[in-house]
Amino acid sequence: MSRTVERAIVEPERTVGALKTAKKGPQLYVRAERAAKGFNRTWLLAAAVVILFVASILLGSYTVTVPDFFTIVWAHLTGGEKIPGASFIVMENKLPRAIVGLLTGLAFGLSGALFQTMLRNPLASPDVIGISHGASASAVVAIVVFGASGATVSAAALLGALAVALLIYLISRGGNLRGSRGNAAGNRLVLAGVGIAAALGAVVNFLMTRADIRTAAEALIWLNGSLNPATWERIGTLLPALCVLLPLAAGLAKPLRLLELGDDTAAGLGVRVGAVRLGLVLTAVALAAVATAAAGPVSFVAFLAGPIARRVTGKPSLPASALTGAVIVLAADYFAYNLAPLLLDGTVLPVGVVTGALGAPFLLWLLATSNRKDA
Amino acid sequence: MARLSARDLTLQYEQRRVIEGLRTEIPEGKVTMIVGANGCGKSTLLRGLSRLLRPAAGAVTLDGKDIHSRPAKELARTLGLLPQQPTAPDGITVRDLVGRGRYPHQAFFRNWSHGDSSPHDLAVRNALDATATTELADRIVDELSGGQRQRVWIAMALAQETEVLLLDEPTTYLDLAHQVEVLDLVTDLNRRRGTTVAIVLHDLNLAARYADHVIAMKDGAVVAEGTGIDVITEELVRTVFGLESRVVPDPVSGTPLIVPIGRHHYPAPQATETTKPALEIAS
Amino acid sequence: MTSTTAASSGKRERTVTAPNGTETGPQLYVRAEVRARKGKQPAWLLAAVVVLAIACGASLAVGARAIPLETVWDALAHFDPADGNHAVVHARIPRTVLGLLAGGALGLAGAAMQGVARNPLADPGIMGVNAGAALAVVGGIYLFGITGLTGYIWFAFLGAAVAATVVYLLASTGRDGATPVKLALAGAALNAGLYSLMNVVLVSSQDTLDRFRFWQVGSVAGRDWSVILPGLPFLAAGALLVLCSGRVLNTLALGDDLARGLGQRVGLSRGIVALGVVLLCGSATALAGPIAFLGLVIPHAVRFFTGPDYRWILPFSLALAPALLLGADVVGRVALPPGEVPAGIMTAIIGAPVFVWLVRRGKGASL
Repeated sequence: MSRTVERAIVEPERTVGALKTAKKGPQLYVRAERAAKGFNRTWLLAAAVVILFVASILLGSYTVTVPDFFTIVWAHLTGGEKIPGASFIVMENKLPRAIVGLLTGLAFGLSGALFQTMLRNPLASPDVIGISHGASASAVVAIVVFGASGATVSAAALLGALAVALLIYLISRGGNLRGSRGNAAGNRLVLAGVGIAAALGAVVNFLMTRADIRTAAEALIWLNGSLNPATWERIGTLLPALCVLLPLAAGLAKPLRLLELGDDTAAGLGVRVGAVRLGLVLTAVALAAVATAAAGPVSFVAFLAGPIARRVTGKPSLPASALTGAVIVLAADYFAYNLAPLLLDGTVLPVGVVTGALGAPFLLWLLATSNRKDA
Repeated sequence: MARLSARDLTLQYEQRRVIEGLRTEIPEGKVTMIVGANGCGKSTLLRGLSRLLRPAAGAVTLDGKDIHSRPAKELARTLGLLPQQPTAPDGITVRDLVGRGRYPHQAFFRNWSHGDSSPHDLAVRNALDATATTELADRIVDELSGGQRQRVWIAMALAQETEVLLLDEPTTYLDLAHQVEVLDLVTDLNRRRGTTVAIVLHDLNLAARYADHVIAMKDGAVVAEGTGIDVITEELVRTVFGLESRVVPDPVSGTPLIVPIGRHHYPAPQATETTKPALEIAS
Repeated sequence: MTSTTAASSGKRERTVTAPNGTETGPQLYVRAEVRARKGKQPAWLLAAVVVLAIACGASLAVGARAIPLETVWDALAHFDPADGNHAVVHARIPRTVLGLLAGGALGLAGAAMQGVARNPLADPGIMGVNAGAALAVVGGIYLFGITGLTGYIWFAFLGAAVAATVVYLLASTGRDGATPVKLALAGAALNAGLYSLMNVVLVSSQDTLDRFRFWQVGSVAGRDWSVILPGLPFLAAGALLVLCSGRVLNTLALGDDLARGLGQRVGLSRGIVALGVVLLCGSATALAGPIAFLGLVIPHAVRFFTGPDYRWILPFSLALAPALLLGADVVGRVALPPGEVPAGIMTAIIGAPVFVWLVRRGKGASL
């Protein structure tokens, strides 16, 4: 019995069914099998991330063998003899690119899933509620008005994202984050974000019409999110940020599960609803902000990762969403960097162009084939 | 004579078959209670009877015609339904909500029907009146208490002015006084207007008291139907709920009253002896 | 025993009502607000129409060359081609008419879309209309070298219609048909895909970007009658469908089960309203470019006056959305001289703070 209750807390959706069928052997078995499937598929996603990560380092227009790779890394770490050409390509290009792709993918996927779960709205994600737009507007101002490039643009993007997050927070604080009935407070947060996103989006579009066409084209690439400027320097800021944020998200995952049962139930189970919500918002925003600063607002990863992960593993899961985010970014970048130039006369597409083009049909296919009621 | 009946009805969600080859009838002009354990398919049956769920096989007929072959609005003028825990749009007033029950009586292209004397307005007023919600008419539905809110939803179903009314657990979350109030209200409706009523109800004692006809279900099949006294027996409670109990006559109405035994109490031997004669007196 | 129970339940009844009585602060406020709006909708609607008329007047009078209102009236009543001021006023008529049409269409479409999708985040863009139109225009520029606005309009309309149809069909698969959640997800996913494809083209062709970026902002300027007239039949059909569905949307708002119980054919009526939305929004986007936000902000603002009754929300949106669009266009003409800020930009910049303020007040923010 106590195990059922425990599961009730972890998996609210299923408990009713579990209690109902607790007496019946075969069904319980099916259920256990399904749970195992969800678990296995999360590992499957993790394996996919590893394979894509390795592939994007070793394969592509410039292939590296595994022994060579270790030789290069070893030489780099110990200051030994370098392989001409290969060392540079691996250490300055392929490896940082893959790492930035991995980290931003994890961050975007997790951030989107946090927003979607907390606000109980599948449309909520940093793309929708204005965080990305804050980063974009700020970065485009930096590019178009001040002629900035490189790290300055990243810094501007980070500032923009955080400023919007602060604004949204101040706006929705009036109605306080802990809604008394339903998720009215959550809706308010999202709607405030949508309003801000619309205004900032307009500013970006307007600046694009005022800039000269070459600057506009450069801004467009940034706006789509690109791993081209991936450097060790970016990893240096991204990695420590994630080292703080990922454990934070993991720690908040449990109270988040309880929040899904409704604010009152969660409070009854000892969750400090207001504090947890604030923590979740800040974590999700910070994840989106650091990822955006590193690679630009890689389109739709945050929005797509949650729903795809849910349909692959059969249940909403934060780790699976983060892994799905990484899969999307790494796969899209492999395509954009290695395959697209063959099709488009050498144009290296920004990764964000491909994330949507790959992820969206996949989600649509999942939507069309899954016949779950909540699909 | 039944108006609403199910012939060899099979109902399923996706691949999960809940009800198979079920036959039953909702007798005309009576209050029918559908009872059974959690997950026995009673709510599913109600969804099938009210065309929310299309049968995988068999049919539900109203006055001899398949309900799925009739125009939806025409059917809705005869057959009304109140689902379990409906949601009201935020900020809607009681009067507006009850007025929305008039939908099947209004033409598609007519958005407005004005005048205090219009049949629609009259129906809404009658519905408010019957449920004692007239004073609440201009209140916001969200700010009402649970009992008031449930009365408002019933008022909406009344405004639909159907001859058959199906209610899915209308007393959930209500305190005992409000449960009785709601069932009294439904009984009034049945006695005064002759409305045929079918209710899915959890509380066996209340079901026994208010029912003219009881349908007991287990694992998607009807295990017994008939009058409350015929159907609700210790044997039935054991089969359907797996619960040992004593059934005694309700001191107020004479209908069966189930007294569960449980694991921590043992019935005094004389209790069983008094039960039988009492039941005979009641019948 | 029985009497004690009765007494205690009676006492409980009283203790339940007592806090209700003392707690009347916020409830009274809400109730007063309801009373204020009850029965006064016609008056408010009249006020909205007056606001719209003022916006029209301003749209004819204000600009690089400001013209007094008497002259505007003169130019409309007795047009004198020789008079320079009259000519300016006449030149401003098409953009005013376009503002009226596109604004009204987007307002109506937005209100209806929120009803269909039962999601406060749903604007007509969620049906893929804007993304479809944008991709089609980009394709038109890139593949066929289309340049003029007259050329864009058919591409835009076709793209909008195809995208919306795909969204609806995808959302309709499965047993439940087009449920709000599936509709929203399918729409958002298709949007993502279409925008990505569009960006593939824009990133690889600078010429296309150069033309497209000016269409993308959304503007009512520079369109003449040859652009506006072809849109009229679609707009009229869409407006008819949507304006007639006030009660249908009211019933849908009660949830699918109850709507079915009330005899509504949920799938069919949702489809009809969605068709109206696509006609309206597709034409508006074709005529004026993607004007985001109008369809979202107006229905939310309007609920403040109307409450949740779609029979009022629809006409209010029809009146107030063009008022905002025209007002934004007027402000855009004088905001950053010597150039103009397009109406699509100004709508968002003016509308967003208002919207945020409304949301913060917590009124009309939900469905």
